Amino acid sequence: MLTIKNLKVKVEGKEILKGVNLSLNEGEIFVLMGPNGSGKSSLASTVIGNPIYEVYDGVISFEGQDMQLMTPDERANKGIYLAFQHPVAIPGVTVREMLLTALRIKNKDKVVSALDLKKTVEREAEKLSLSPELLGRGLNEGFSGGEKKKMEILQMRVLKPKLLIMDEIDSGLDIDAMATIARSVAEMVKEEKMSVLVITHYQRVLNYLNPDKVAVMKDGVIVERGGKEIVDRLEKNGYQLAE
Amino acid sequence: MRYAKKDLKPEAKLGDFDESYTLNKVDDIEYSYKGKRGLDEKVIRDISAMKGEPDWMLEKRLAAYKIYLSKPSPSWGGDISSIHFEDIYYYLKPAVTEQKSWDDVPFSVKETFEKIGVPQAEREMLAGVKGQYDSEVVYGSLKKVLSEKGVLFLSMDEALKFYPEIVKKYFGTIVPAGDNKLAALNTAVWSGGSFVYVPAGVDVGLPLQAYFRINSESAGQFERTLIIAEEGAKVHYIEGCSAPSFSSASLHAAVVEVIVKKKARVAYTTVQNWYKNIYNLVTKRAWVEEKGEMRWVDGNLGSALTMKYPSCVLAGEGAKGEMLSIAWAGKDQHQDTGAKMIHLAPNTTSQIISKSISKNGGRATYRGMVQINKGAVGARSKVVCDALILDDLSRSDTYPLNKIFEEDVILEHEAVVSRVSEEQLLYLMSRGLPEHEAEAMVVNGFLEPVMKEVPMEYAVEMNRLVNLEMEGSVG
Repeated sequence: MLTIKNLKVKVEGKEILKGVNLSLNEGEIFVLMGPNGSGKSSLASTVIGNPIYEVYDGVISFEGQDMQLMTPDERANKGIYLAFQHPVAIPGVTVREMLLTALRIKNKDKVVSALDLKKTVEREAEKLSLSPELLGRGLNEGFSGGEKKKMEILQMRVLKPKLLIMDEIDSGLDIDAMATIARSVAEMVKEEKMSVLVITHYQRVLNYLNPDKVAVMKDGVIVERGGKEIVDRLEKNGYQLAE
Repeated sequence: MRYAKKDLKPEAKLGDFDESYTLNKVDDIEYSYKGKRGLDEKVIRDISAMKGEPDWMLEKRLAAYKIYLSKPSPSWGGDISSIHFEDIYYYLKPAVTEQKSWDDVPFSVKETFEKIGVPQAEREMLAGVKGQYDSEVVYGSLKKVLSEKGVLFLSMDEALKFYPEIVKKYFGTIVPAGDNKLAALNTAVWSGGSFVYVPAGVDVGLPLQAYFRINSESAGQFERTLIIAEEGAKVHYIEGCSAPSFSSASLHAAVVEVIVKKKARVAYTTVQNWYKNIYNLVTKRAWVEEKGEMRWVDGNLGSALTMKYPSCVLAGEGAKGEMLSIAWAGKDQHQDTGAKMIHLAPNTTSQIISKSISKNGGRATYRGMVQINKGAVGARSKVVCDALILDDLSRSDTYPLNKIFEEDVILEHEAVVSRVSEEQLLYLMSRGLPEHEAEAMVVNGFLEPVMKEVPMEYAVEMNRLVNLEMEGSVG
């Protein structure tokens, strides 16, 4: 479903990704690990179409379609969703207002009931143990780190993407919050055949999500591929031995 | 609507608004009196005679005219040098006279009113509608229930005819002719505007509503509004403005005086959407007595230049003044707006929340003043002025002035200038919103703290206008 071939990316003239190859099938959980600064988050930004990341070689295709010329919103409406590492605040815009607009655009002419959406959002918030008070605030306005991550997952649950990219979802989360989020994601994989690209520096989140594929990235390229055994080894020895 | 900006209640639809109507067509109206261009004593005497006014009003007009001639134009604020005062018609009287029923209103006038939503507002149980078509009121209605309570809601011309003693007692007491050059001009040539009188203890409940509209090229509109809320009375007055396009600049110089007596509460909401060549220079002031409350809500979207600084004189102990405003400055527009809060008595409180947006070279200026006089112990004031600049061509300035003559007071001031960040746009786009909708959403979110205080119908209208401006500037 997602195929990345020989992807090379620059930011302000500086090479960040130096020929990344990666493929992900429907319903798969792919874990991309690596030390800080290895290019993992840059890959996520490139896939969603952040214009700062300039693709100068290679191909990203999603469901057989080349993404190169698509804007971030077009990619989103194809079914790609990024749970941001540091979601920005949008003062005065509630999550419901944003989702209502997003759903209306996504569903084109189909009517989206504001009332149904309200119920859905409230139900999802409850499942994620997210305080209902936060639903009335501007998006991410004065949210704690954990609340922001949960709000990213809540939006994902409503928008039902085909591909979820989680960028360092486990940073700054306590064990309970992490378990809640992982459970929610696993459910979407099982019930909706959603694919997941997990980008993480740590191993913690993998105690809750069972990966189909694991890769290690370093210096803008993938240096190792395999299965869960890589995670176990990294947990023991750290990134030094991945070279 | 391309998409819903706000999670509206289902009944708050824009139902009857015809999107194709651009409000820039000049309606075909006949005038029975068009006077001549420019101003002299004879024009003023003509206006007064035609209206059959008492002598004291003519004298006020003539005295104000002398003040007008003697005062210099304001040298600060916006540039008014392109207003040619000598080319303006100071009084226009439509050939139709005041109508008693909606059915009697001429079709072209009616069509305009329908397009700007007056009858809809009526259906929505708003208390009364007064529409000002150039210089005379051509349509007015007042719900029976209000007159039974003793509430007066008339045009100023009618008020002067039927209640001269009340008008004489208050006219020009809050905004005297000598206040500034344009207040003097208004006093000299005023015509139309609203008069609201709410007797002691009466809560009007439903908002009183008026629409104003300039319809003739180079027609000055000098309406005069006077609102009196007696002890413990409550009233909400709403005015909305829209104007068709003209080839040369038109001037709107209104004066609004509000008297809020002990424990009374008055709210005054304005949606200003003048066409882009109108000069909108307005003096609005409220006098607030003990424990009285005054709230100005002001949305300024149209006009070439608006200079407007609604004020509250907090004269009685515990009086409260509030100003909520939004300003949109697009291409070739300058919104020079703000508020003045003058604390004369102990434990008075005031709050100013001002939000401005500038885009496509527009210029938004906040100009405000908080004055706390000696003796106003325990006074508190809070000023928040936020500006959002949408591109590099546009500009925002903030000129806050605080004059504090008492020590035991609390004054807070926050001013933030921000831009829609790339990060915010990317975030919303990554959720599926195209760029211009993402930008509109950030803008609407920025305005939300003011919008939520505005009556639903007006919030919808202001949102719609902002979104139209956003769309217009994308293409």
